Amino acid sequence: MSITPKPSITSILEQNLIMELAAKSRRVDGRSLTDYREIRIERGIIEKANGSAQVSIGKTKVMAGVKLELGEPFPDTPDEGVLTVNAEFTPIASPTFELGPPGENSIELARIVDRNLRESKAVDLKKLCITPGKKVFIVFIDINILNHDGNLIDASTYAALAALLNTKMSNFEVNDGEVIFKDGNQPLPMNNYPVPVTFAKIGRALMVDPQLQEEDIMSTRLTIGVDKDGCICAVQKGGMGELEPDDIRNAVGLAVEKSKELRTLIIGGS
Amino acid sequence: MIKGYPERLIDENGLRLDGRRPDELRPIKLEIGVLGNADGSAYIEQGKNKILVGVYGPREIHPKHAELPNRAVLRCRYRMAPFSTEERKNPAPSRREIEISKVIREALEPAVMSEYYPRTVIDIFIEALQCDGGTRCAGIVAASLALADAGIPMRDLVSSCSAGKAGGEIILDLFDLEDKYGDADMPVALMVNLNMITLLQMDGKLNPMEFEKAFTMAMEGCRKIRGLQVEALKKRYQGIVEREGTSEFDEEGT
Repeated sequence: MSITPKPSITSILEQNLIMELAAKSRRVDGRSLTDYREIRIERGIIEKANGSAQVSIGKTKVMAGVKLELGEPFPDTPDEGVLTVNAEFTPIASPTFELGPPGENSIELARIVDRNLRESKAVDLKKLCITPGKKVFIVFIDINILNHDGNLIDASTYAALAALLNTKMSNFEVNDGEVIFKDGNQPLPMNNYPVPVTFAKIGRALMVDPQLQEEDIMSTRLTIGVDKDGCICAVQKGGMGELEPDDIRNAVGLAVEKSKELRTLIIGGS
Repeated sequence: MIKGYPERLIDENGLRLDGRRPDELRPIKLEIGVLGNADGSAYIEQGKNKILVGVYGPREIHPKHAELPNRAVLRCRYRMAPFSTEERKNPAPSRREIEISKVIREALEPAVMSEYYPRTVIDIFIEALQCDGGTRCAGIVAASLALADAGIPMRDLVSSCSAGKAGGEIILDLFDLEDKYGDADMPVALMVNLNMITLLQMDGKLNPMEFEKAFTMAMEGCRKIRGLQVEALKKRYQGIVEREGTSEFDEEGT
């Protein structure tokens, strides 16, 4: 059951400040409406994973790890490998995260990351098939939120993409349907690099990369995923508010532009 | 080979697998007040989709700590019946159902005037009995009518419809095969009078121009559906007015 969440814990003074600044197209940390916080990406930090990356956007910190395993394909895609995304809101990341089974927010987050990767065909799943209908590689992407200061969707997708680009799979031969692993390794076959851009609507202003206080008081959230060809591959509106049709048109235009520089940053150095 | 895999989604006459034109909705049947016990209810058939929605509330909330001091809490569950699809669906709530419950609640929140009923809950139960694509949109259309039937004040009706791309064409109201084998699907919910979007999702691949075309087409679909919603409400309440012989309802019947 999805239930109206408790309101934010941001103080009324701060809320008023954010609202007043937004009306003048300004923000509490001095950024413009279209600026991201500083983004830092570290790759290959977990040696035991096939691929890993840690992304920080300002104080938000997210780690993604990739593990490869052999398994069975889905019956409707017998000749493709399997991609699964899971997100864990670890209680170290925020006083508001609780222990227990995954809630609707972590499920939504994982599904948005999944949608970006899957719909843009980021991983070449056809190349991960060993015996059609019987044996394929399964790509597990696990996302751990380490510190929550807003915009988990973008941070998690960037981390997942950077981790996939960092992934090494062992060289192998297929003999009679059996996989024989050999020395050396190869990168994971990749086709596309989806980059989501998330907006918050506060008052009448639409701003990218909301930090936690901004997320607490935003009426609506909008994520636009853009692939390497400048096409839209994933969209999700969130939050209890509403958007004008023109907000969406503006967001799409801005996301297409913004995603280019972000993509260079995520791919670069891997 | 997958059973029933379509060779092409649009034929040489520009018609779709079920014979519709690209911008044509499936036939829609709406009924209001179909459940005896619920405070409000509605039933929608859209093509092969069959969805029943029951609304309970405003009523006391359990557990008590979930209440809010300044407004009613909205609780929403979207559930697919195990027999609603080709393959049996496991009755345990899937991640997809959990996400859809959330986006439907968020699509209805802006419309409901929850501030009238502090410390209560409004429960919205959406039971998808047969699913053939676009069930979240159909669920929203019916839920919005069920809320109206429960007498809950709203700023506007929420109307919802999807658009997308299949066989190279931008099309309205995708059904299951077009959703599965098409290129993109974009569910939209619109409060028509306020011209405000309350639900927007998209998966697939659309360039910005195609996105704009599909988005506009989906909003147009929402406007058509709103007409049907108003008609259904009139039908339900004009009947009551005639039977009871009162003039409690205005000429619009809404």
